[in-house]
Amino acid sequence: MKPFIYLDNAATTKTAEEVVEAMLPYFSRHYGNPSSIYSLGADSKKAVTEVREVVARSIGAKDNEIYFTAGGSEADNWALKATAEAYADKGKHVITSAIEHHAVLHTCEYLEKNGFSVTYVGVDENGIVKLDELEAAIRPDTILISIMFANNEIGTIQPIEKIGEIAKKHGILFHTDAVQAYGQLPINVDQYHIDMLSASGHKLNGPKGIGFLYIRKGIRIRSFVHGGGQERARRAGTENVPGIVGLGAAVRRALRIMEEKTEKETALRDELIRRIEEEIPYCRLNGDRHLRLPNNVNFSFRFVEGESLLIMLDMEGICASSGSACTSGSLDPSHVLLAIGLPHEIAHGSLRLTLSEETTREELDTVVEAIKRIVERLRAMSPLYEDFLKEKQ
Amino acid sequence: MYSEKVMDHFQNPRNMGEIEDASGVGTVGNAKCGDIMRIYLDIDENQIIRDVKFKTFGCGAAVATSSMATELVKGKKIQEAMQITNRAVAEALDGLPPVKMHCSLLAEEAIHAALWDYAQKHDITIEGLQKPKSDIHEGEEEEAEAY
Repeated sequence: MKPFIYLDNAATTKTAEEVVEAMLPYFSRHYGNPSSIYSLGADSKKAVTEVREVVARSIGAKDNEIYFTAGGSEADNWALKATAEAYADKGKHVITSAIEHHAVLHTCEYLEKNGFSVTYVGVDENGIVKLDELEAAIRPDTILISIMFANNEIGTIQPIEKIGEIAKKHGILFHTDAVQAYGQLPINVDQYHIDMLSASGHKLNGPKGIGFLYIRKGIRIRSFVHGGGQERARRAGTENVPGIVGLGAAVRRALRIMEEKTEKETALRDELIRRIEEEIPYCRLNGDRHLRLPNNVNFSFRFVEGESLLIMLDMEGICASSGSACTSGSLDPSHVLLAIGLPHEIAHGSLRLTLSEETTREELDTVVEAIKRIVERLRAMSPLYEDFLKEKQ
Repeated sequence: MYSEKVMDHFQNPRNMGEIEDASGVGTVGNAKCGDIMRIYLDIDENQIIRDVKFKTFGCGAAVATSSMATELVKGKKIQEAMQITNRAVAEALDGLPPVKMHCSLLAEEAIHAALWDYAQKHDITIEGLQKPKSDIHEGEEEEAEAY
């Protein structure tokens, strides 16, 4: 494999060495089924129980409020569908935002097809949910508010505590998709009045295919997978023991390095933002400058299309992502970039760079030089840039 | 996802640029869908395309199809250029992913739009050529087709 610079940590992260090491014994040594009575099974059960405690403590929850899932999307699906079903007698209205992950948005569309109504609250130009609009959307039949903790594309961190307070005041359940935030930001479910929270292992240097849903005790919620008695009979199926162990190791690691990692990434992030703004004309930072994930940088470069930019970066060994239509398989650019008010052609020219604790200043020097060169080249090719220069004359 | 030929034309686009005082210029596509193609033609008195240049805002496939389309029409007579279809452009590139076929259609339309512009300027009729249906401004009002 050629050397590469990985700046797509919002897509997934490298599984940490210590995580892999923690998992390995659970494949061919401690391979017992946690439900079995003999000691081989008990070893697995003990491992699962320990991780449940670690995960619960990481968000200020109790052990019996953590349900392991196959990842963030499953947790989102479960939270929304099962709440809707369990509380349908109270009402059939759900509130979410226009910039949620598709795991939430498409589940909401599914609910709409099944007799529920959904309000998609707008966001301001930095991607922050409009609280007045949110509160105004509340109806007597509103049963659930689902707002993401931090956005995966533009990194904006939502005023989760205030949203939690609003939900609590009106007696409405509050779910947050914390897939991007968990492991990066400190989270306490009581402080933020969170009733349900989705998280995923592979966003915090854990393995893929494992995540969890936090469900506050006392909430009526239906089983998501019917079968055996696993996860208190709410989510049947033999536990993904190596995955759960890996998640536990990743959570321990994330908590241990959080402060140092945040400090380092924030400094590099702000330097990268400053350099791009200073060195590349006609660009726009997407997302809030301060209320953003420590590792997220998202720019739009006018007159340039995102997929072309990504392919050229890839040819130089740089892994990044874009909200352009061509990278999504549809004709529309990212719903997040449209929701913050970007015109289509500017939304098509977006580039997301997400750092890790291993990102170096030297790597960013290389990346800035590459972006500069590539944007210049693509602009020389762009009829939009040609028209812009002619109009300027 | 792309063939080697597409990647080659994307990395080393042929005939990229502008022609000053071109005989015909055509711009198609729209910014909403993220593809805009402009073709410049230099056509001599024998109706032969002496030179052709393009500029494109769009994805890798859009750039590659523009580049390939210019290669296919260069040195051709107008009537020959009229015969070049989007399928021919895609085939010359060893195929395109299904979601990118609209890029090759755009290349065909851009050539036609430039020829239409030439015909208008010289007050001639080119057999089989119709007024381009989408242009950069009209396109923005159109509903995006699902591919």
